[in-house]
Amino acid sequence: MEKVQCQCGHVNPPGTDLCESCGRSLTEKEQNNTLADMRYEGTARRSQTYNKSIVDKIWNFFSSVKIGVSIIVVLLVAASIGTILPQQAYVPANTEATIKAYYADVYGVPGQIYHALGFHDLYSSFWFIALVGMLAISLIVASLDRFVPLYRSLKNQRVLRHVSFMNKQRIYGKGPGNEDTMKKAEAKLKELKYNVSTDKNGLLAEKGRFSRWGPYVNHIGLIIFLFGVMLRMIPGFYVDETLWIREGETRAIPDAPGYFIESQNFELETYTGEDEEAVFGEAIERVGNVAKNYQTDVVLYQKPEDSLPGATDDMEVVDEYPIRVNQPLKFDGYAVYQMDFRLDELKSMTFALTDKETEESFGELTIDLINPDEFYELENGATVELLGYYPDFDGFDNGEPQTATPLPNNPGFLVEMTTPETPEGETSFILIQETIEPFGENQYKLSFQNVETRDVSGLTIRKDKTLPILGLGGLIFMIGVAQGMYFNHRRFWIQQQEDGTVILAGHTNKNWFGLKKDLDQVSEFASLPAYQDQQEETREQDDKKGAELT
Amino acid sequence: MSLADLSANLLYVAFIAYLIATFVFGGAVKGNKNGSFKSEKRWGKVAITLTVIGFIANLGYFFTRWGATGHAPLSNMFEFTTAFGMTLVGGFILLYLLYKTPVLGMVVLPVALLIIAFASMFPSEVSPLIPALQSNWLAIHVSTVVVAEGVLAISAAAGLVYLLKVVDLSKNSKQRFWLEAIMYSLILVLGFVISSTYFSLTNYEANFEYVDKEGQPAEITYNMPPIFGMNEYVALTDDAMTPLAETPAVINAGKLTTVTWSFIVGTILYWLIRLIARKRVTAIFQPFVKNVNLNLMDEINYRSIIIGFPLFSLGALIFAMIWAQIAWSRFWGWDPKEVWALITWLFYAAYLHLRLGKGWQGEKSAWLAVVGFAIIMFNLVAVNLIIAGLHSYA
Ligand code: HEM
Repeated sequence: MEKVQCQCGHVNPPGTDLCESCGRSLTEKEQNNTLADMRYEGTARRSQTYNKSIVDKIWNFFSSVKIGVSIIVVLLVAASIGTILPQQAYVPANTEATIKAYYADVYGVPGQIYHALGFHDLYSSFWFIALVGMLAISLIVASLDRFVPLYRSLKNQRVLRHVSFMNKQRIYGKGPGNEDTMKKAEAKLKELKYNVSTDKNGLLAEKGRFSRWGPYVNHIGLIIFLFGVMLRMIPGFYVDETLWIREGETRAIPDAPGYFIESQNFELETYTGEDEEAVFGEAIERVGNVAKNYQTDVVLYQKPEDSLPGATDDMEVVDEYPIRVNQPLKFDGYAVYQMDFRLDELKSMTFALTDKETEESFGELTIDLINPDEFYELENGATVELLGYYPDFDGFDNGEPQTATPLPNNPGFLVEMTTPETPEGETSFILIQETIEPFGENQYKLSFQNVETRDVSGLTIRKDKTLPILGLGGLIFMIGVAQGMYFNHRRFWIQQQEDGTVILAGHTNKNWFGLKKDLDQVSEFASLPAYQDQQEETREQDDKKGAELT
Repeated sequence: MSLADLSANLLYVAFIAYLIATFVFGGAVKGNKNGSFKSEKRWGKVAITLTVIGFIANLGYFFTRWGATGHAPLSNMFEFTTAFGMTLVGGFILLYLLYKTPVLGMVVLPVALLIIAFASMFPSEVSPLIPALQSNWLAIHVSTVVVAEGVLAISAAAGLVYLLKVVDLSKNSKQRFWLEAIMYSLILVLGFVISSTYFSLTNYEANFEYVDKEGQPAEITYNMPPIFGMNEYVALTDDAMTPLAETPAVINAGKLTTVTWSFIVGTILYWLIRLIARKRVTAIFQPFVKNVNLNLMDEINYRSIIIGFPLFSLGALIFAMIWAQIAWSRFWGWDPKEVWALITWLFYAAYLHLRLGKGWQGEKSAWLAVVGFAIIMFNLVAVNLIIAGLHSYA
């Protein structure tokens, strides 16, 4: 396709409808219109100009508003499907098999179908992400397709437009004027904060051109946001770890090299409904206990750079902080959140070695349930050896005791007790409330004395380097929306011909009411000829025609 | 009188002021027979004054309750829904100041009344905040959302007025059917309010034991005669009505019973109205909109979305993400409430593109605005009560 030269001399890109400079209609279609199509200033949008190669076809597909809206609607419907049943992240199961079984058990056949179609994890499914990708492409293509020519055209526009351009504007007027009409109009328009430029016998007054960029700015914001979301797939940008930590423990923070955290205390508080909380009494009575606070008091340590690997005695205190819901601990781009807890996990158990008959005791031993010692020396030369430890005992397999998890929920101990009287040793398997003596009746036993417990905090460690990008995207989106919606682009063209006749035309991208109000003020001051809203006239004619038909 | 009692009384005042204003608006519009708008102007002034008085009382309710609880009263179903009724009226006052349209008040105020009445069916005692809600973001995020939704809802009201005028009720059409369906669904809400109020005044209570979806035994209290029974239910109350049917464990038969009673009462009410008036409910309202300026209604429809959409983006997405990042460690988790906020937002984005890019104005725009309101209500009611998630308040 070739460039189009207008009668006025300006050379326009191929496909232009209205000359960028003077506004003459360049195509037959445009010449036959009663009103000029001013949406994009009659510019040559790529999508309206080329439709030959495959690239053209793809470009045109994504630049269409119809397709854009269709993508939005499909996305919206797809998103709603994911809320019919809970997503897998919210069901109490965490392996593929148990998740599948959960949907089948709880929701029956519909649950099975839902799971089979992959709707239990809809938002990470390939097709859902592909839809979001299409939205992003559409945003980019549609914006470029319109922005580039629009920008060119508004930059190249000149003050004196051709009459055929002016009389095809929605706001148009023609009539005799006074000698000072142009001067007065210019003064009034300037007073109304228009940028006025003049050329020979005409003027162009313009205001709020920047609002034309609003949609493109807000789309850029959205693209930046989506780009940020994509970035988190790159390692290093995003950390999401869980750490269970017991009161009194110090542990390395996962994925935060050099940092350690110590839990000093976990606290769960509920509302009492008394004193200053008395207003809540009624509510608490109705629903029962309401949690008031979950809190882990922690100390954050850092190992110096030159510290030897494995050494923990040279750690420096960085911070002491009570981590609560809504108040994460922050350091070095990381944040540590209070997410979960387990109350009263068993910490250690204390037994006494006693003679079953005489109740004579050799003293006590305390077994740490996380890192138990293997060997305990008691009074008078008695010893206890821990042959086996099963923190979460759940029965025997082939005579071997088994543990379900490494957590001390139901500890079992296989011990050998030796005393001066039984130097060969006696074996015993000890469980809570039960003792098994596998090799016959023993003379001695370990009798349970007491137990110590402590709370466990479930903390989440996050680092998200994409947050500033997402924030920037959101900010730009909001600026663009306000820019496009709360401001508008208004233009007036006024010319006075040799014989004193004044012609005027006006255009705005939205809010014609406001435009007319401005024009009325100028008209009154500068005695401009009366104008018409040519679109309203055509609409009224249409209405009348419609009325005749029915 | 304690601050909490004062707050409750102010809400009554607001309710009654809105109720009277509704009728005055109706009279103003109806009085405008010859289309001269003179008496409409006069009575419209009276009605808007009443509305503003009600709104001030409503704000009084809001801030005294804030004082009484120590947190923004936006933390449960009663509080949030009441606030929505309030912002709906606030949005209306704003647009009334711009466009002076009593007919809009005639539509918005009854809807606001219904919403406040609906809210009052939920437990309204002041309740303490769970840790996740203890944040200034509660006030920032939720109040922005509720204001945005109130303003967006005005577009639906303008759309409804538009449709009442343009849809031809003398001929059978899809438009006529759906318009009547809108009226019917509003009456169903009234059915819910009437049945809940009746059974709570008569102190109906029946307790059942049942087996929940995880297979655990549980108990439930019905405040309405149980039409549906929970999974493997056993009555604990002696003279309780025997449920007509038992539901599977995933369905909450208690809530289903409430919905069914609302349908029964609402449907009876709907047919009573139709039998007495001898016409469709839409046809009762049509004479009121005879002199409406359609272009103006279309303008109000668009204008409220122009105000509401950016507010909604800010409150329901941006502020929501900031808070979720602080409270739950991730800014987005595909929780049903989040997803439905996204759906609402995408829907209004589609509205804007269709209007700007495809020239969907007038009637098409009006239908879209009504659908937008339906989505907002769905997110408020169904997502809270039916689809369980982190955001479930009631
Ligand atoms: C979630 C996605 C999107 C959002 C939130 C969004 C938002 C917006 C907003 C707020 C406007 C300005 C409307 C007004 O001023 O009244 C706009 C305009 C526009 N959008 Fe989007 N948009 C989205 C996606 C898309 C897509 C996928 C396309 C692809 C076709 C698109 C194409 C356009 C066009 C062509 C305009 C009008 C520009 C003009 O005529 O000056 N948008 N968009």
